Amino acid sequence: MLSLNNVSVAYQKTKAVEDVTFKLEVGQIGCLLGPSGCGKTSVLRAVAGFETLSQGQIFLRDKLVSAKNSHLEPEKRRVAVVFQDYALFPHLTVAQNIAFGLQGSSKIQKCERVTELLTLVGLPGYDSRYPHALSGGQQQRVALARAMAAKPDLLLLDEPFSSLDSELRDELAKELRVILKHEKTTALMVTHDQNEAFAMADVIGVMNQGRLLQWTDAYTLYHRPANRFVAKFVGDGVFLSATVDKDKKLNSGLGVFPVNSASGFKLGDKVVFLVRPDDIIHDDESETLAKVVDKSFQGSHILYQLEVQYVGRARVLCLALSHHDHQLNELIGIRLDFEHLIVFADNGDDL
Amino acid sequence: MKSSNWFSSWFNAWYIGISLGCFILAAPIGLVFVSVFFPQAQIWQHLYSTVLTDYIVNSLALAFGVGALVILIGTALAWCIARYEFIGRRPLQWLILLPMAMPAYIIAYTYTGLLDFAGPVQTLLRETFEWQYGDYYFPNIRSLSGAIIMLSLVLYPYVYMLAKTAFSEQPASLEEASRSLGVSSSQHLFKVVLPLARPAILMGAALAMMEAFADYGTVQYFGLSTFTTGIFRTWFGLGNGIAAAQLAAMLTGFVVLLLIIEYLSRRKIRYYFQGQKAQQVKRQKLTGSKAFWVPFVCVIPVFFGFILPVLQLFSWASKTYAKQLNSDFGLLLWNSFYLAALAAITAVTLALLFAYGKRLNPIKPIRLLVSIVSLGYAVPGTVIAIGAMISLSWIDIKINMFTEAWFDVSVGLVLSGSLFALILVYSSRFLAVAMHNIDTGLARVKPSMDDAARSLGHKPLQILRTVHVPLMKTSVLSALLLVFVDVLKELPATLILRPFNFNTLAVKAFELASDERLMDAALPALAIVSVGILPVILLTMLMDKPSKHSSQVN
Repeated sequence: MLSLNNVSVAYQKTKAVEDVTFKLEVGQIGCLLGPSGCGKTSVLRAVAGFETLSQGQIFLRDKLVSAKNSHLEPEKRRVAVVFQDYALFPHLTVAQNIAFGLQGSSKIQKCERVTELLTLVGLPGYDSRYPHALSGGQQQRVALARAMAAKPDLLLLDEPFSSLDSELRDELAKELRVILKHEKTTALMVTHDQNEAFAMADVIGVMNQGRLLQWTDAYTLYHRPANRFVAKFVGDGVFLSATVDKDKKLNSGLGVFPVNSASGFKLGDKVVFLVRPDDIIHDDESETLAKVVDKSFQGSHILYQLEVQYVGRARVLCLALSHHDHQLNELIGIRLDFEHLIVFADNGDDL
Repeated sequence: MKSSNWFSSWFNAWYIGISLGCFILAAPIGLVFVSVFFPQAQIWQHLYSTVLTDYIVNSLALAFGVGALVILIGTALAWCIARYEFIGRRPLQWLILLPMAMPAYIIAYTYTGLLDFAGPVQTLLRETFEWQYGDYYFPNIRSLSGAIIMLSLVLYPYVYMLAKTAFSEQPASLEEASRSLGVSSSQHLFKVVLPLARPAILMGAALAMMEAFADYGTVQYFGLSTFTTGIFRTWFGLGNGIAAAQLAAMLTGFVVLLLIIEYLSRRKIRYYFQGQKAQQVKRQKLTGSKAFWVPFVCVIPVFFGFILPVLQLFSWASKTYAKQLNSDFGLLLWNSFYLAALAAITAVTLALLFAYGKRLNPIKPIRLLVSIVSLGYAVPGTVIAIGAMISLSWIDIKINMFTEAWFDVSVGLVLSGSLFALILVYSSRFLAVAMHNIDTGLARVKPSMDDAARSLGHKPLQILRTVHVPLMKTSVLSALLLVFVDVLKELPATLILRPFNFNTLAVKAFELASDERLMDAALPALAIVSVGILPVILLTMLMDKPSKHSSQVN
């Protein structure tokens, strides 16, 4: 449906997006995830046709829409956008806003489609309200309905939940996914919040400094990150340093772990490995002790920050069941339980 | 117990002070409406059978003609400046505002001098083509359409300023939303941009139309029969003050209709722009032939509305200044200056009183009173002057009866014959100008600042000195300046109420022009225009303040 080939976008001289390549299949929901300023919105705007490319091509339905010297106008792309600030037309009613893109259809058709969409987004009977009389969540639903009204080939969502309360976000994200799947819409969204990305997307791409670092599903992203930035950005975790010993094993203060032989690390290599909160298991029997430095109660669990007594007093996170309630500065036993080890060379590369 | 007593008496002081101030300011206008209850059947019979239709038709045609023309000029200019980037755009931004400095009656007589039979334009035509009188057609500037053009040339900045803000405040995402929904740029203009800017444009047009209704100098000079000239004629010609006041009430009725339109527009603007801090539309860089003719078109209004008439005034003044710059002119300057300064100080003091009263007692009756009084800007100067004249002369008669009965002396026309009447009328008419600035300034001093200063151990008067004065300084100064200039330019009320043998620049310029001594009128006119530029500069400085929007895209 959508494919980007080595896309670069530049504003004046500064490059906002560099060499981005990915594909989105029909009916898939894709998500670009990254910190602010990483270029994800620029990719979205380039797909919509608001920005021109300095390099590469964008194909929609196997048709070239953007390249260095050719550019299809946004209004001819059949790509709808849900804007971060919703961009509802303040002088039009909800129904008029939704029908705005339905050019060339009859009054009755428009009316039917508007009613259908309002029911779909859960706002039946709001036809004649004005945008200023709606709450933020309602405005967002109207913006979504307006974008979907003309059955676009591709729906783009720019930080769709950023101006909503955190309680509303999760709820709306799930609802939105149901709506998109129901309408079999292909969608690409942009966010800096990984929970939104996990809740919504089939495929997620992590971006930083204008580059797409990894383009895959949420599971792989969390468990098999392609580099240190992805590993750090997605999920919680701490990097601990270690050395590779002669048996191709990782020697760290917390224990000795086998390294995947295909990884190509040699004897004596300095490496770092990722420790996620769920890798560290609280075990009163264990001989490995760590000091409780900080804790936050999260209902069913307590997230402890622990100071390991070896390996340079590194700090790790540990998610323990909440009836294991320990006091600050107490020493508790921990055990490492890796399903698989995520190891990167320790060359200070934080990208 | 004691504190509540203290509170209620203090509250009453504000309440009484504000009520009294409002009553005095509103009395002249109120009286105009009271006059309706004293029917003057005979004179109305006469008016109805002769001139009343003319008054109504001409006033309406003038106002709506001006409304239509200022919408056309103002919107087109605002669009070019807000959306296009071209050579000369920056200086044009403030050049376009300059005609505001030009009172309509001055531009009217300047063009009369330029375009009359003996004027330079027709003389040039005759000489070039060797025509004689009657050989050719030349439009008569002294006509209704002439008056519409004259007024529009100086009033279009109202629409320009409001429309420009409306155009540039529309978030860029709206246009992108349109385009992503398959709507082209030109369709977007008519479906979104103009409908969104409509309230702002209508508001500007309503303000310009109020000025057109209120205009006396231009229509009188052109010999047109409108309400304002009719009021003068009924009073000074037919000698019937009550009938004049009734005409004034009718004129005010039309203005009230406009006020309602303006109010409705303003309410909509609030809904349309609820502080969206979105990215603003990037200005489109013009290339090719457009880059040439857009700046050219933008210069036309300011050329005809300011540059050309000022050049003409200069050329006249250069011929006459030698014999005019004498002690009489000095007296004229001094009269104008101290009258305007006195009025400005009075209006700003009252505005401060009302603004603080409203802030300290934010209760309905006070807010209502204050907002009624600030409607004075909409009421034509002629109307307020008539009301003031009638009410003050009545009080004067009563005072004289009293003093003659008790002290056997006649004090004369202490109120209606002195500057008091003028100051009252100016304050009533220009209070809104002052209030607007003071309110903006006071909004910067958040109530929490008072509380913070109090909790840090400052006494109320100390707070006034350390917090309010520094923060309010600029708004008070700009309020003073704006009222000062408005008073300086004001004509009809000054004509009616000035004390015997008391002349100002505006009155002198108008009288000289009316006597067809156009050249002699140039010097006082230039003096008014040059002072009138000051608020335009102020306005430009305010508009030029960098708006905080980043062009960075995530």
